[in-house]
Amino acid sequence: MVGSQSNSNPARIPALGFRALALVVLGILLMWLDNREHHLDAVRRVIGVAVYPIQIVVDTPARAWSWMRDLSASKNQLQLENSRLRTEALITRARMQELAALKAENDRLRAMLDAREQVRGEVRVAGIMAVDANPYRHNIVLDVGSREGVYDGQAIVDASGVVGQVIETGLSTSQAILISDPDHALPVVVNRNGLRTVAFGTGEYKRLSLPFLANNADIQPGDLLVTSGLGGAFPSGYPVAVVDQVTRLPQESFAEVTATPAAALDQVREVMLIWVRKQDPGADDE
Amino acid sequence: MSNERALRQLPVLITLLIAFMLTMMPLPTAAEPFRPDWLALVLVFWAMAVPRSYSVGIAWLIGILLDVAQGTLLGQHALALCVIIYITVKFHLLMRVFPLSQLTATVFALLTLYQFLLFWINGVAGVTAPAIDYWGPVVAGTIAWPFLSVMLSGLRYRVQTGG
Repeated sequence: MVGSQSNSNPARIPALGFRALALVVLGILLMWLDNREHHLDAVRRVIGVAVYPIQIVVDTPARAWSWMRDLSASKNQLQLENSRLRTEALITRARMQELAALKAENDRLRAMLDAREQVRGEVRVAGIMAVDANPYRHNIVLDVGSREGVYDGQAIVDASGVVGQVIETGLSTSQAILISDPDHALPVVVNRNGLRTVAFGTGEYKRLSLPFLANNADIQPGDLLVTSGLGGAFPSGYPVAVVDQVTRLPQESFAEVTATPAAALDQVREVMLIWVRKQDPGADDE
Repeated sequence: MSNERALRQLPVLITLLIAFMLTMMPLPTAAEPFRPDWLALVLVFWAMAVPRSYSVGIAWLIGILLDVAQGTLLGQHALALCVIIYITVKFHLLMRVFPLSQLTATVFALLTLYQFLLFWINGVAGVTAPAIDYWGPVVAGTIAWPFLSVMLSGLRYRVQTGG
């Protein structure tokens, strides 16, 4: 009688509990596969195609806004900007000449030291889509994907410094982690004296932390940190951050050092992707 | 006939799509932790109103889409949404007769559970995030719920009469 009553109950959803349980188990299975070995990258890519139109639609207002702004800029403004850019290009070109000479000198010195050939990179400009990604991470969505040759772990910089690296490539978009993410660590070296350390994200866009510096380490506010090239993802020598605070407590063995990222991580709209390729392929086995 | 039926489901699809877009929309950095879980709210509303059509299966699928869009662990949002929608469907008759204040309290509990599940999964997977990222959406979602449910109730009868 109880059974027949519950069967005739119009509010009863058939096999609800079973379906929910099956889906939860399926979810756990998927997460396990995803977390362990990244078996599901292909699956993600396929589903990503379905999400892509939504990303495009969400991105459109921001894009339209900047287009409108370009359109409505007065001729005067454009002329001003043009002359400013011309000056900038001239200065940059002059610097490039200097750089070429330095590079030649550097190559010569390296050859003398018998050091390994430096890693060289190819670059490409990518736009950041005005789409918010993972709420638990400092992520950005780029408008290029595996079609353009983007790969996992690829380095991203902007005009003033290192921004982050790609963590997931879709077909025509990709996700990147910023250096300010709490789970991101970046091997750096102090430009002044070659001191090596690791810069961790803190979850704040304007602060990195360097937890592994001994109390007597030679580091001071104003020091520039550049990528060391260790770890392989980033080519060496790109500016990362400037040290802004060094707190040395006598009872602690490590100093508390924080730094401000060189790139304006929360304001960038366009970034550069770097394709790292080693010049001598045989040098990997060291 | 079936066309008419599909037409009746249109409001649900549109509201879900809008919720998805709101979830992806960029916000100023300071406001970002206080983005309501729009998809969870809209799904709870429709699961309460039309539990036969919108139940755990739809919630799971949308969760997977959300996981791909946000780059979270595949299945994380799917599982969390699936659980809260299961509870909603299970108690949808009760929730329908709740006054708004009581219903809002229930939604607060559901959202808390939702964020807790995400938090646990993040913990197991080793993703660390500040606590505000979990509490912000719960508070904002609870505040958003009364407005959302008033807005959606207009659509509700159009969808429901078809049953």
